[in-house]
Amino acid sequence: MTLSRRGFIKVGGAAMTLPLLGGTAFGQAEKLKIGFIYVGSINDNGYNYAHNQGRLYVEENLGDAVETMFVENVPEGPDCERVVRELAQQGCKLIFATSFGFGDSVIKVAPEFPDVAFEHATGYMKADNVGLYNARFYEGRAVCGVIAGHMSKTAKAGYIGSFPIPEVVMGINSFVLAARQVNPEFTITPVYISTWNDPAKEADAARAMIDQGIDIVAQHTDGPAALQVAAERGIVGGFGQGADMSAFAPETQLTAIIDHWGPHYLASAKAVIAGTWAPGDTWEGLKEDVVQMGPYNAKVPADVVTAAEAMRTGQIDGSVHIFTGPINDHTGTERVAAGVTMTDGELLSMDWYVEGVIPPA
Amino acid sequence: MDLTIAILVTVVGASTPILIAALGELVVERSGVLNLGVEGMMLLGAIAGFVVQFHTGNHYLALICGAGAGMAASLIFGFLTLSLSANQTATGLALTIFGTGFSALAGASYSARPVSLMSPIFPELAAHPVLRVLFGYSFPAYFAIFMVFAIWFFLKKTRAGLILRAVGENDLSAHSIGYSVVKVRYFAVMFGGAMAGIAGACFPLTLTPQWAEGMTAGRGWIAVALVVFASWRPFRLLGGAYLFGLVMTMELYAKAGGGPLSAIPSELWAALPYIATIVVLVLISLRRDASTNAPACLGKPFMPSN
Repeated sequence: MTLSRRGFIKVGGAAMTLPLLGGTAFGQAEKLKIGFIYVGSINDNGYNYAHNQGRLYVEENLGDAVETMFVENVPEGPDCERVVRELAQQGCKLIFATSFGFGDSVIKVAPEFPDVAFEHATGYMKADNVGLYNARFYEGRAVCGVIAGHMSKTAKAGYIGSFPIPEVVMGINSFVLAARQVNPEFTITPVYISTWNDPAKEADAARAMIDQGIDIVAQHTDGPAALQVAAERGIVGGFGQGADMSAFAPETQLTAIIDHWGPHYLASAKAVIAGTWAPGDTWEGLKEDVVQMGPYNAKVPADVVTAAEAMRTGQIDGSVHIFTGPINDHTGTERVAAGVTMTDGELLSMDWYVEGVIPPA
Repeated sequence: MDLTIAILVTVVGASTPILIAALGELVVERSGVLNLGVEGMMLLGAIAGFVVQFHTGNHYLALICGAGAGMAASLIFGFLTLSLSANQTATGLALTIFGTGFSALAGASYSARPVSLMSPIFPELAAHPVLRVLFGYSFPAYFAIFMVFAIWFFLKKTRAGLILRAVGENDLSAHSIGYSVVKVRYFAVMFGGAMAGIAGACFPLTLTPQWAEGMTAGRGWIAVALVVFASWRPFRLLGGAYLFGLVMTMELYAKAGGGPLSAIPSELWAALPYIATIVVLVLISLRRDASTNAPACLGKPFMPSN
C-alpha cells in the first residue's frame, strides 16, 4: 500500500488501527514501536522482501506487544538520515536499517536519540546504541558453488553484483572456492552494475555473460531478472537470491539462498522489551537458521545434492569453513596459509579476489 | 562474429524502448510542449502491459493497454498544461512522480508473478546465427523503426505535420491563421503518452518478464535527453537511440568479457549518454543554422489573450 517512502506515515496510521482488531490494549504497558528501513521495495521478491518477512515474523510472534512500521525505497545517502530521524521521532524504540549504505546516516543520527536502539545490517560501524547484525550468506553461496562446480559444462560462471563492497566480494569468493574444490578449472566473472534494482540491466548483464560462454549465473542483486534470462537461454542454471525464486524460473533455479531474518528480529525485540538490549555484533548463518537453502531442483543429480548437503551440514556442525587456507588471490599469491581460517574481521573487510575470479579492472 | 551478432541483438533490445519513448517525446516537443513525465508514463505503461499480459496472455493487447495507460496519464498532463496553462516543467515532473507511485501501488500484488516474453515475429530466422540480427526480434523493435519513417514522413511531407511544426515554432501565428493550437498540442501530447506507454510495456514484455517497482530505472530520462541529442530529427533519433543502447550494452559485455574496455568505471559508462547529449548541445549552439535548434515555442504555455 505504500507509494513511496513518503507514504510511510500512512502505514504508521494503519498499524495504529491494529489494536482495534485485538481489542485488549487497555491498561497495558506501552507497545514497543519498531521501525524498519528498506533500500528497495518489499515486493522485490528478494532482499527487501526477506527483511519484510522478518518484520511480519516479529508481529506474528509478539502480537499486541509490538507495533511495526516500515519505510521502503529509501536511497542510500543523505535522505536516509531524514527517514531515520522521523522514525525515531514517531516513537520507534528499535530501528532496523537493513542496507549497508545506511550506515553513515545511522551513526550520525543515533547520538540524538540515546534511548533508541539502532541495528544496522551488514555494516561495520558500531556505537553506544548502534548494534550490527549480519547473516553468513557466504555459507549459502558455498553450497551454490558446489552445485555450480559439478554441473557447469564450460566451468565458467557469471556473477552479477551491485557494488564491490566486502559483502559482495566475500560471496563471490566463497562461491568460487567451493566450485574449485570440485573443478579446479572453474572461473567466475563478476559484473558490477552499480544498482540494486534495475531489472533490465540485470537481464542484459546476464545476456552479456551468457553470450560469452558462461553457463551458470549467480547474482547479488535483488530480483529474479538474471534467472529469467538463464531460463530463456536454456543454460545450466542459476540461484535464487534472498528468497525462493523458483516461480520465475522453475526449470532453472538450482537452489536458492533464503534470508530468514525473523529469529534475529524477534530476539532483538524481546531484548528491548525486557530492557536487556545491548549493541551486539551478530553474524549468524545456516546453523542459526538465519540463512536457509531453498529446495534443490529436480534436475540436480543425486550425487550433486549429496555433495551440496555435505557442504551445508559441514558448515552447520562447524567441520567446514569455506575460507580455510590455503587460499591464493587471483594473481596466484598465497593469502591464507594452509590450515588457517580467516577471521570474521578479515572476511568483513575482504577486498581481494581468490584464485579463479577474473577480476573486474 | 558470433559475439558481435549477440551484442547487436542485445543492443536492439535495450534501444527499442528508449527509441519508442523518444519518438513520442519528439512529436510532443515539435508541437511546442515539453513533457518531462516520460518516465512516469513509461512505468504506467509497464504495469498496464504487465497486468494485461498476466491476465489475458495476449502480448499485443498488453501493448495496446500500455499505450492506453500512457495516453490516459498524458491527458492529465494535457489538461493541466494546455487547458489550464500550468507550468509544463513542474507538471511533467509531477507526472513522473505520480507514475512512479501509482504504478507501484497498482503492481504491489503482482510482484511474485512471472509472465512470458513476446515471441520473435520470424521464429525460424530468429534461430539463424547471423540473420537473427535483422529478423530475431519481436514486434516492438520493428514498430520502432517503422515509426521513425512514419514520423519523419508525417512531419516533413504532410499538411498535418506542417501545422504541428507551425504550432511548435510560432503558436501565435498558427492561431492567427485559424489553427487550434491547443487541439493540435492535445493530439501531440496524447501521441507522446501512447508511445511512452508502449515503451514502458516493452520492459515486462520484451526485456525481463516480471513486474518490479521502478523497472524502467531512468530510461525515460534518457529518452528525453535523446530528443535533444537528436536535435528534434527522427533519423538522428534512430541513430542516437542505438548509440545510447550500444553504450549501455557495451559496458556489460566489456565487463563480462574482460579486455581494455572493462577498465572504464561503470559510473562513467552510466554518464556517457548524458555527456554525449551535452556535447551535442554545445555543438548545436556553436552552429549558426537555426534549423537545428529547438522548436521556438518549446515549453511556453499558449496564452493568446496576452
